[in-house]
Amino acid sequence: MRFEGARQDVGLVWGQIRYQNTIFWRTPIAAFFTIVFPLMFLVIFTLVFGNERIDELGITLGQYYAPAMAVFGAVSATYTNITIQTAIVRDEGILKRVRGTPLPAWIYVAGRIASAAYVAAIAAAVMLAVGVAAYGVKIFAVAAPALGVTFLVGVMCFSALGLLVAALTPSSDAAPAIANATLLPLAFISGIFFVSGPSEPALLRAVAGAFPLRPFGLAFRDGFDPIEVAARGGWGGQFHWVELAIMAAWLVAGASLAARFFTWEPRRGDRRPRPRRQAREEV
Amino acid sequence: MTAVVVRGLAKRFGDVEAVRGVDLEVGAGEVFALLGPNGAGKTTTVEILEGHLARSAGEVSVLGFDPETAGRGFRARIGIVLQSTTVEKELTVLEAIEVYGSMYPRRRPAGELVELVGLVEKAKARIKTLSGGQRRRLELALGIVGDPDLLFLDEPTTGFDPSARRQAWGVIGNLTALGKTVLLTTHYMDEAQHLADRVAVIDRGRIVAEGAPDELGGRARAETRITFRLAPGSPPPPSTATDTSGRHMIVTGDVTRSLHELTAWAIGNGIELLDLAVERPSLEDVYLELIGEPAHEV
Repeated sequence: MRFEGARQDVGLVWGQIRYQNTIFWRTPIAAFFTIVFPLMFLVIFTLVFGNERIDELGITLGQYYAPAMAVFGAVSATYTNITIQTAIVRDEGILKRVRGTPLPAWIYVAGRIASAAYVAAIAAAVMLAVGVAAYGVKIFAVAAPALGVTFLVGVMCFSALGLLVAALTPSSDAAPAIANATLLPLAFISGIFFVSGPSEPALLRAVAGAFPLRPFGLAFRDGFDPIEVAARGGWGGQFHWVELAIMAAWLVAGASLAARFFTWEPRRGDRRPRPRRQAREEV
Repeated sequence: MTAVVVRGLAKRFGDVEAVRGVDLEVGAGEVFALLGPNGAGKTTTVEILEGHLARSAGEVSVLGFDPETAGRGFRARIGIVLQSTTVEKELTVLEAIEVYGSMYPRRRPAGELVELVGLVEKAKARIKTLSGGQRRRLELALGIVGDPDLLFLDEPTTGFDPSARRQAWGVIGNLTALGKTVLLTTHYMDEAQHLADRVAVIDRGRIVAEGAPDELGGRARAETRITFRLAPGSPPPPSTATDTSGRHMIVTGDVTRSLHELTAWAIGNGIELLDLAVERPSLEDVYLELIGEPAHEV
């Protein structure tokens, strides 16, 4: 009986992923910003600067930016999309309707995260495939296990933060601005848009390093850096434990605060007085 | 069998007492309307029964569950059509029915649902292409996709034009014909009269009257009014009252006799009775009186 229930829940999660995916691919603006936008950066950077060797790092521009844009696409797919979409479905009353069905809350949230993670994987795969095909980006099998774990932890971390920021967003109108205003400055100082190398100021490095984007980008890029991969030896040595720990800390903090502040109740178009304190009690 | 039992329900939002001691009972298979003006506490009451809101005080039993603590098993047996929501507009009508249907252990076939709510032609259309009335009908379909024992309809036709309301009423009539218990809120008297077996009037967080639409507020026993005007200069008949606009009125419990006496008097004196009307107080009159609004001038 319990097994039967668990199997049904897995089916429900699968159904939720499919349904979230359907909606994602039918929202051209989201698909554009998640996949085409980072791809455009990759193409523009290599066009403007040429796919030359970066002296400071000893690798080509493509070898640097393909994984950097893979991370940026993955973060757009999770953090940006989850923030915006969750705020919208909340304010449209869709979350409230779901809350009134027998679907357990965790299945809805799991479906949303898994769908975002799937889109993130597609975005990353597109960047890397274009990198390999157009810019001669090299892939190192020995780094694959570490890259997989880094990607998974990064995607979970930014999904949790997306849910948290959505929960803190006063209205869905403000959600895109809030998502971009938090992500883009961080991307500029985290080695996503600008090459992060030894000449980077120590203070900037320390500040950016406390947030999860720089660790995500660094750990992921290093798996494509021939010098770094060689220096780290076997597959076990490829894991960036410090960076993983920072992302995991943000994941745990983000998830627990999101659970605390998440509401199913619209914040707009609701005509009755409803203090926020009340809405929170309902979680 | 009783579907809903509510005793002494109260709900406070900060300093605002939205619901102040509501008692309700809704029988299984009954269509029950909670009628009241905006801000009377209708939606708050219904959302407590749905499990969306926690109550401040009182006892609530819905299908034998306490909605505040009930889980999946409870929500599998109720259907909710909220007041102001939308459906994912990128989905088609059939996809939305499929997605929401998959959440329930028991479900009604999609084909039957689109027929029931009159969306057969729109079944494969994206929801964003639907009109407001069509979307609301889709929401009605989603409310019963899980074949619920009890359906909550929160102001199902607010903001509709008259023809869309007629259509929605037809759909709700179809639902009630399935034998479902329905608890609806509305601020339209005619909606309550048209759809409900029983009506409770709620005002300022309290139930002020309850009964069948025809009997509400002692309407069945209420006295009938005979009203008419006279040509200028005519002497008024004995035992009539006159209102400010010059209309004469006879309030009577025996319409046949009063009318006979009145017309006999008029014919005997050669007087014409202008705009002669016989009327029982409408549900609207009763309602306005109950909620303390000035009734229409006679």
